[in-house]
Amino acid sequence: MTTLSNQGKIDISCWDGTISQHEFHTAASAFAERWNKFNAALPQCSWVARPKSPYLSSTSKESCGGGDDKEGEEELSCSRFQEDDFIDGATMLQNHDDASHHYDFHVVYNASYRVPVLYFRAYCSDGRTLVLDDVEKSIPAISAKLLMLSKWTFITQEDHPYLNCPWYTLHPCGTSEWMKMLFSYEPAVDHGGVAVAKYLVSWFSVAGQVFGLKIPFEMLSSIGN
Amino acid sequence: MGSKTATEAQKYVWEGAIPLQIHLHESEVTTLPSPSPALILAPRIGYLPLLVPQIKPFFSSTLPPGSDTVWFEYQGLPLKWYIPTGVLYDLLCAEPERPWNLTVHFRGYPGNILTPCEGEDSVKWSFINSLKEAAYIVNGNCKNVMNMSQSDQSELWRSVLNGNLEAYIRVSSKLKLGLGGDDFSIKLNTSSLKYRQSAADAEASATIKAGRIPIRLYVRRVNEDFDDVEDAPLVDNWDKVSYINHPVEIHDNGKCFTLGDAVKALLPELFPDKSLPNDSMSLPQVEDGEGSALEEASDTGSARSPEDTGELVRECQDSCSLSETADVKLIRIQGIEPKLEIPFAWVVNNLMNPEHFLHISVYVRVQEPITV
Repeated sequence: MTTLSNQGKIDISCWDGTISQHEFHTAASAFAERWNKFNAALPQCSWVARPKSPYLSSTSKESCGGGDDKEGEEELSCSRFQEDDFIDGATMLQNHDDASHHYDFHVVYNASYRVPVLYFRAYCSDGRTLVLDDVEKSIPAISAKLLMLSKWTFITQEDHPYLNCPWYTLHPCGTSEWMKMLFSYEPAVDHGGVAVAKYLVSWFSVAGQVFGLKIPFEMLSSIGN
Repeated sequence: MGSKTATEAQKYVWEGAIPLQIHLHESEVTTLPSPSPALILAPRIGYLPLLVPQIKPFFSSTLPPGSDTVWFEYQGLPLKWYIPTGVLYDLLCAEPERPWNLTVHFRGYPGNILTPCEGEDSVKWSFINSLKEAAYIVNGNCKNVMNMSQSDQSELWRSVLNGNLEAYIRVSSKLKLGLGGDDFSIKLNTSSLKYRQSAADAEASATIKAGRIPIRLYVRRVNEDFDDVEDAPLVDNWDKVSYINHPVEIHDNGKCFTLGDAVKALLPELFPDKSLPNDSMSLPQVEDGEGSALEEASDTGSARSPEDTGELVRECQDSCSLSETADVKLIRIQGIEPKLEIPFAWVVNNLMNPEHFLHISVYVRVQEPITV
């Protein structure tokens, strides 16, 4: 199951598209750093450490901090997006009470599928959760994008692994397939492998597409090898 | 379950059932006198929403108008419907209650606490999804489940619905999700002595092939001290339970991998001193229940000594600093408290649920540090 060949690189020829918990930490740090740097106008990303065991005190780690290899579970959290952060959000229908909607995104490592998973929820200013129908009405492109990606993923409602309440999620079972494919197009594949640090950025270029977030190109361009 | 015939233990697990006494929530009683509670037997390996067709007739005449959105609660805690009934019972009833008193609601689904459930279809989807996840964990892909024929999938689901172990094995063995290494059989009969003997004999040959094993661990956190399990305070909030959906990795090193090893791998923080020479010294000892324990959720396991356990773990913890001390009070699988020395292969092959996950409930007492 080892994916690292050397120096945090992935050898595509024998890779199954998945990463370890530790590699997720590396990749997510790189992602958060670039996100916060290039998306100044968007909500910032932060690490939230979730103690796996209920009796270790929870400490927040800096997104660029070195991880010890006893990471409990951690997730990347980006909160309080609004509709005009999405490419198609500006054309949303005004809901009748004019309350604006907010979106939270969490990226959590899934130990079964060994890939990151996107969790999201939408809610009104008064805290009331939105159902998927309302979300799709507000961001019309979602259904179309999902249809396009339907071979790889679909939206389900599941308990958030740490917050114990229902969130929406993109199902992880197809993720390793699309990551394998994405990385096979990487120019760096011939030069000793692709950096693990790129994993989450590449992952997000697909998962994030569902929402059509306005991501600047610089974020998606190659992280230095 | 890779073998073609059921073991005695598997039969016990599949036959295991919990007597439920189900009360309609008072807000939904519109007639006098209020209806008597429904008394039904719930299969351990089943799910609460599947019981609704049996329950509804008891209450249909008294329900207020509206469409049904059924959910269950135990002492104010809404129950997560995708967790098998037996696991909910083992986790939430410190001292097993017989019958188990639950409240059913047909209205007012708490959508901010529970994911939606539209009856049997939702439960079936959740089951198949979990089976896919288990297949991915064991094989690195879910092709075997995705490629099941429609009739096989229906037959598999029906076998779970009906508790038909033979039919289940017929279909599930095609999936090749077996772990190997379970090359000993244990003849279980009502004599608990014989069970213990056989377990000891078999231990020597209990190797398991390298790979990942699907596990779902539920850690129930208790902040107060209690001498007897029955005194553990009720779970009033799912935040008191840590749900750990994490596979256990087995390495091919020829050593017998025990249940204790597996728990240690999943909760390393509870066993901080890894350098102890002898496994049996480093783990809290848990007495298994009597032979009857496998017939249904039995609580008659012999008492552990909490002081011994606490002392053992505290000794381990002296060498490292934790902000709180914690010790394991109880480990429960399919209603029994297995000895930690039992080969893990046996535990998984015999006590797993039909979706190929082994569900383990762990009670942990957490002591808050004294602040000066």
